[in-house]
Amino acid sequence: MTAIQTRRRSRNRSDLLVRYAFVLPAALYMIAFFGYPILKNVVMSFQAYDFATFFNGHAPFVGVDNYAATFSDPIFLRALSNTGLFTVGSIIGQFVLGMGLALYFRKRFPLSGFLRSLLLLPWLLPMIVSAAVWRWILEQDNGALNQFLSGIGLISDPIPWLNSSDTALIAVIIVNIWLGIPFNVVLLYSGLQSIPDELYEAGQLDGATGWKSFLHITLPMLRPVVSVVLLLGVIYTIKVLDLIIGLTGGGPANATQTLATRSYEMSFVEFDFGQGAALSNVLIVIALAFSIVYLRANARAAKNG
Amino acid sequence: MPSTPTPTPTPTRNTAPCPPGPAGHPRDRGAGVEPTRRALALGALSVPGLLALAGCASDGGGSDPTAIRIVDYYNTPADDVAINGTFEKCAADLGLTFSRERVPGDQLVAKVLQMGSSRTMPDLLMLDNPNVQQVADSGALAPLGQYGISAEGLTPAVADLGMYQGELYGIAPTVNTIALFYDVTALEEAGVEPPTTWDELREAAAALTTEDRYGLAFSAIASYEGTFQLMPFMWSNGGEETDLDGEGVLGASGLWADLIREGSVSRSVVNWGQGDAMDQFKAGNAAMVVNGPWNIAGLEADTPDLEWDVTTIPVPALGEDSVAPLGGEVWTVPATGNEERQANAAALLKAFVAPENQLYMAGERSTIPGDVEAAEQFASENPDLSTFVEQVSTARSRTAQLGPDWPRTAKAIYTANQRVLVDDTDPAEAFDEAARTVS
Repeated sequence: MTAIQTRRRSRNRSDLLVRYAFVLPAALYMIAFFGYPILKNVVMSFQAYDFATFFNGHAPFVGVDNYAATFSDPIFLRALSNTGLFTVGSIIGQFVLGMGLALYFRKRFPLSGFLRSLLLLPWLLPMIVSAAVWRWILEQDNGALNQFLSGIGLISDPIPWLNSSDTALIAVIIVNIWLGIPFNVVLLYSGLQSIPDELYEAGQLDGATGWKSFLHITLPMLRPVVSVVLLLGVIYTIKVLDLIIGLTGGGPANATQTLATRSYEMSFVEFDFGQGAALSNVLIVIALAFSIVYLRANARAAKNG
Repeated sequence: MPSTPTPTPTPTRNTAPCPPGPAGHPRDRGAGVEPTRRALALGALSVPGLLALAGCASDGGGSDPTAIRIVDYYNTPADDVAINGTFEKCAADLGLTFSRERVPGDQLVAKVLQMGSSRTMPDLLMLDNPNVQQVADSGALAPLGQYGISAEGLTPAVADLGMYQGELYGIAPTVNTIALFYDVTALEEAGVEPPTTWDELREAAAALTTEDRYGLAFSAIASYEGTFQLMPFMWSNGGEETDLDGEGVLGASGLWADLIREGSVSRSVVNWGQGDAMDQFKAGNAAMVVNGPWNIAGLEADTPDLEWDVTTIPVPALGEDSVAPLGGEVWTVPATGNEERQANAAALLKAFVAPENQLYMAGERSTIPGDVEAAEQFASENPDLSTFVEQVSTARSRTAQLGPDWPRTAKAIYTANQRVLVDDTDPAEAFDEAARTVS
């Protein structure tokens, strides 16, 4: 082995060290702020962790008691199905409206840029403000929505949007759709921008216009963006907490209780942190399943792209 | 305008032992003047360490035993000035200094848990009364008897707010409760007297209901506020929080359901907090409202022309006592382990809750002194609050019976009540299930 080779090897090694050193802060950050809380949450879900634990540190392990209590909680099934309905309803609404608006804004017209930036408004408002404003809008007696609907003769009796267990979930979904539209429009619009015009010109020569061009050119070209939008949408929606707390607090009579709100309530209203952790772990597992699908789809797109 | 003592936050000292973060690497001596890649890498490495150090900058309690650290949630100017002014006066008399930290109201419990687990409890801690037993139960509070503080002179129910297992852990200098506000002109126009019984309440509410006004408003929201407002109806009817499916509780929930069914109360009450209910009253959308004295200042500021008055919460039958729940904050001395500071904090607390200070704070904050004699004097000096003084004298503490189990029961009550109000569920069915969830 020559001296040059040795020097090169040690140089390689120090290069490697430098590279790891740059990765280390991010890794430490991930471990400290994501890994540790998740681990702590898992451990907590097997403990009798209550109010007093914070002061005396006493949290005996209780096996799967918290999970057993979670699954036998009469509200659990309701929260689970509400979470499903809320997520599916929100995603469908956000995506369809978002897609419509994205297609609309692809056409160039005066003020389109200005209008498109207005669409971002829901994003700019703090969630607690949006929730308060929507509570006024959805008010049964004097709310703007009921005034409007009865004004145009669509309804004769005011709809008890947030005041009935039949309509409260629908009302909450409507607000969440409004909240999610900007996200969908922004991503879908930028996806549409990247489809070359030539494709449409060529399609036009072959007679593909209107619906046909949307189905056979736009949708297939947009597929990677669509899958990202939908999967991220699911992951964001499944854990929505602040909006529901702000609108209904999970009520009336648990009609809008989801896994996220129930877990919050378990921990910070009933102070049963062990069971709250168990419930939020169920939520994490569900979100994780979608995250894995998302990461795989992303990896595939990267390979193909 | 009272003299406005400005808050004087004493600079907090950081004496907590802080473990060195991973930043403790010696600087690379081999690096020249130009930063090498290696030096850069080390710089990058030190970032998380610095962050960790920054995270340690919480106050672990200074060593000076006369510097008292106080945590409360008095953020509105009227509350803040009255509380701070009283502490300034008392601390000066005792030769103590203090620093106050004001936490947003809804974050206080989380803050207390956090301070508890990091052993950074303040020397004086304010708690909302339903949480006192829970914190005392966890062993975080020092019994006040050893410092010569007793509940003597306090209205018995007010003393209950700070009691746990026969020991006094906290003192409420002033308290509040709820009563029935009404629009005097509207009642005169409709030709009804302020209601005193449930029958009268139903008749009055119906008579006061018009095309664009409900007769009555209250809060039945899915939170402690919804339970708080049902309590006077429940207790006055002989209901008990230990007997959720008893006739007394069912009757109270049934009364509210009837009022909604008859159209005298909006079904929206299930989404109204107490502030929202008061807003409906201010806007003229309701002729009567169940509410507390803490909203009087806003009522007078927003609707100076409205002629309103207050009466006690109507009772099921003539001659019965109107039993309302006590609201308000309780001051405690956390067991921090530093005896000298605890004794100083207790001395400050004892001075803070003296009757003359109760009178001053009650006047500034539209609340009722906890001391029996101070309350009587207060009623004669503030006739517009005398109804609340009367209501407080017969009021009850929510946690006297259930202690640390109260939060779970409070949730069961508002949930069952919402089922009755929005879905017309039979109260017996809804509260039967509630009783099972807390058993």
